[in-house]
Parts: sequence; structure tokens; C-alpha cells
Amino acid sequence: MSMPFYVAPEQLIKDKADYARKGIARGRSVIVLEYTDGVLFVAENPSRALHKISEIYDRIGFAAVGKYNEFENLRVAGVRLADMRGYAYDRRDVNGRSLANAYAQTLGTIFTDQPKPYEVEIVVAEVGETSAEDQLYRLMFDGSVADEQGYVAMGGQSEAMSGALESRWQPGMDLPASLKLAVSLLNEFGAETARDIAPELLEVAILDRNRPRRTFVRMNSIKLTELLS
Amino acid sequence: MTNTGGMLPPAFLRNGSPSFADFLADLAPDVLTARLLQASIDTSHLAPHGTTIVALRGAFGAVMAGDRRATMGNVISQRDIEKVFQADDHSVIGIAGTAGLAIELVRLFQVELEHYEKIEGVQLSLDGKANRLSALLRGNLGMAMQGLAVVPMFAGFDLDRQRGRIFSYDVTGGRYEEHDYHAVGSGSFFARGSIKKMYREDISAQTATAIALEALYDAADDDSATGGPDIARGIYPVVAVTDIDGVRILEDSELLPIVESIIAGRQRRPDGPLVNMEIQS
Repeated sequence: MSMPFYVAPEQLIKDKADYARKGIARGRSVIVLEYTDGVLFVAENPSRALHKISEIYDRIGFAAVGKYNEFENLRVAGVRLADMRGYAYDRRDVNGRSLANAYAQTLGTIFTDQPKPYEVEIVVAEVGETSAEDQLYRLMFDGSVADEQGYVAMGGQSEAMSGALESRWQPGMDLPASLKLAVSLLNEFGAETARDIAPELLEVAILDRNRPRRTFVRMNSIKLTELLS
Repeated sequence: MTNTGGMLPPAFLRNGSPSFADFLADLAPDVLTARLLQASIDTSHLAPHGTTIVALRGAFGAVMAGDRRATMGNVISQRDIEKVFQADDHSVIGIAGTAGLAIELVRLFQVELEHYEKIEGVQLSLDGKANRLSALLRGNLGMAMQGLAVVPMFAGFDLDRQRGRIFSYDVTGGRYEEHDYHAVGSGSFFARGSIKKMYREDISAQTATAIALEALYDAADDDSATGGPDIARGIYPVVAVTDIDGVRILEDSELLPIVESIIAGRQRRPDGPLVNMEIQS
């Protein structure tokens, strides 16, 4: 009988975490910001069909970086969970916290039980009646959750972007100002040298608290050009 | 649902259909309406029934209107029931028949359309939506055979063809596209006769609204289960207009002047406006 090699649990977890981190850092970044009327999602995404930002429910949005097939799987599961809950109870009974919990449990279980962890990082954003009630949940590949205040940057160069956001983001910024900030960060840090990303290569959406019922709106490049000018 | 210790159950993570109803039927059939009763008896007297819905089509899109009455036998069980709903951005659904099941069908249909849109990232075509409604309706056939029938009507603005369209259904899920106008429910014969004499293909949304309200008045005039406009209580039919810009449910303040002019007209001529008749000799 052959003996399996002994690997210390610390080493196993560390290897898996390093593997997942590397996968996530390879991808382009996504920035999620709170602004006066809700939550803004900005991603550098050359694809029009494979979204990184999506609607989950009336007041809940989803943004992800990493491996597309893995976060798409989680996104679809989130839409199913939210729609089922809203149908079985009421639309008001669907909230971001329970969705973030379900994702955390799922990612955590996959991280510990499966040989390959998910290479994804996710933000679940919920827009409230007032900006004080807005919520940003950041979920890591190992299932850890953080309740973020104001902004999140994920993907490659996320640390540099988070550092810049700390000094340049402030509460009460309006939509054009927040959008300009997010785009300038993607321009500055998104690649090795600073550049100007064309509006067609940006995926942008908002959760607008002033809209009735479904608050999620995608912004097309015409609207983006208008907001950025 | 099976207990998976807080993790999303495997069914949620499985690659599957973008249909919410199919997902629910697989995972939690108890959340769906009971599909078949045990005893084979007529149960139609047990629940309230909603009555007349009319819809008209024009170059602008479509208008759908429904009266506000629900009845149980000879009793008026509700005076202000709503039977016309927005289905999604560009379509509306109206329902006649067993009120409880019908409203549940509308709720499921609304989630079905939204679910598809969110999962797939695009909306279903208008024909796709109409077909999904057929499939959902077919699930209610067992109940229909025991007297709890639901008869919806679906209308919307077809963004591909750039025009309004109307679909009617039977209890087996049969789907029929109507050319210009249609009515369902107990007062539908009177309403359809009324629209037939007033309809023109070139009507505007405003004219279509007025014709729909005249038709519901005619239905209420001759069918005891259809309610007319209730001026004393301020209860008017629900009117939904769908055009290229989306769906709009008209406010009471918009309906009141039309309702008042209809009533004033009926005081002069109780049977409604005279149709210009040109007889060729």
C-alpha cells in the first residue's frame, strides 16, 4: 500500500489561497462606489455579452472578477435564490445580507472541500432608501465576508486602487464625479502604463435608489460619454 | 429544501433552464399553486371570479382595460379588484376567471419574464413571452376541469416588429393572436360587440382608451358580474397603455374626464354613442 505524502494543513490552505489570489490578480479590475443616489459599478470589460456586473434583484447588484464560468455560476444561483425568496415571501423580503451569507457559505465550502478553489472575488451591493442604508459586501475566494464602507476595488492592482480610493473618494459624490474617479483609477492603475480606456470598453451600471422597483440600470457608451465629458 | 449547512443547494449551482417556473417545479413544487385537487367535483362556487377584460391594438401599441368587480355567485365579493397588470417593460396581462389562481398566475408570469431577462441578459421576444404564458396556463388545466378556470389575455409592444399585438388563450393553454381587439370574461360578448362597432385601425391611444371604457360600460350594462365605473367611490377601470416607451397604468385623474364624458353621453343616449351608418342603396 502506498502512503500519500503528508502535507500540513497550513501549507494546503496557503497553497490554495495563493493559487486563487494569483488567478484573481490576472484579471482586469472592477470598482464599486457608493454615490449620492445609490451604487455605481465600473469594470473594464471588452466583452458586451460576458458581463462582470449584473442585476440580482430590485435593489441588489452583483460585480465579480476572476474566472468567468465560476462567478457566472454564482450569479445565476443568486438570481435563482432571490427570485425564489421574493416569489415565496414578498419582494421586500429579499435582501443583500442573506445573499452574501449564502455566497460566503458556498465559497467557504468549495475552498475547503474541493481540490481547486474558486478563483473569484465578488461584491454584493444593496441600495437602501437613504445612503446610510447602502451596503457593500465583499466576498473572497475562501468565503470570508467584509462589510465595506463606501468603495471596493477588486482584481489586478486592487491594492493600489484601494489606496487611491481612500484618499480620493468621499461620501456625497454625485454620479458624474464618482464615474470620473472610477475611470481615472482604471486608467492610472489598470495597466502598466497609464492610458485612456474608450467608453466602449467599459461596463458600467448603477443601482439608482430613486427608481421605482428595479433600481439596476446599465449605461450604454453614449450615456457614458455624456457623463464623462 | 435539503439542508446543506447554509451553502447554496446543488440545484442552484447547476447549469439549467432560464425558466423560473421550471426551476421552482423541480426544487420546491410546494411553492407553486397546488395543481390538482383530489376530489373531482365542481368547486367553482368556492372562490371569487373576476370578469371582463378588453384589449385594442393600434399603430401606437395596445391598450388593455379591466373592470373592478369580483363576484361569488350573486354576491359582489370585491369592488376594487385589479385584473390588469404590467407583465414587464413592454407587455401587460389581464385575467378573467378564478381570482386567486389568476393573480397567482400573473405573479409567476412576472417573475418568469424577469428571471429570464436577468439570467440571459436579454428579454424574451413577445412571441416567447406569449408562449411561456401558454405553458404556465397548461399547468392549471386540472383545476380548470374542476371549475377553477383562469383565462388570461396578453398584450404588448413588439420591439422587433414595431407594433402592438394581442394574444388570447383558452384554459388548455391554447394561444391565439388577435388581429385588432379582443375581450375575455363573462361580459366579453357585450364588450366585443361594442368595440366591433367603434374600432378603427388608425386609432390613437386616447381613442383606444375611450373605446375600451365604453365597451366595459356596455359589458356592465348587460352582464351582472361586470362592474361599471363607481363615481361615488371613485373606482374606475384599470387601463394600461403599452407603446414603444413602455407600459403606463393610467392614473384615476386621467380616467375621470373620460368616465365623466361617457356618463354624460349615456344620460343623453343610454345605449351609448351612435355609430355612423352609411347604407349603400
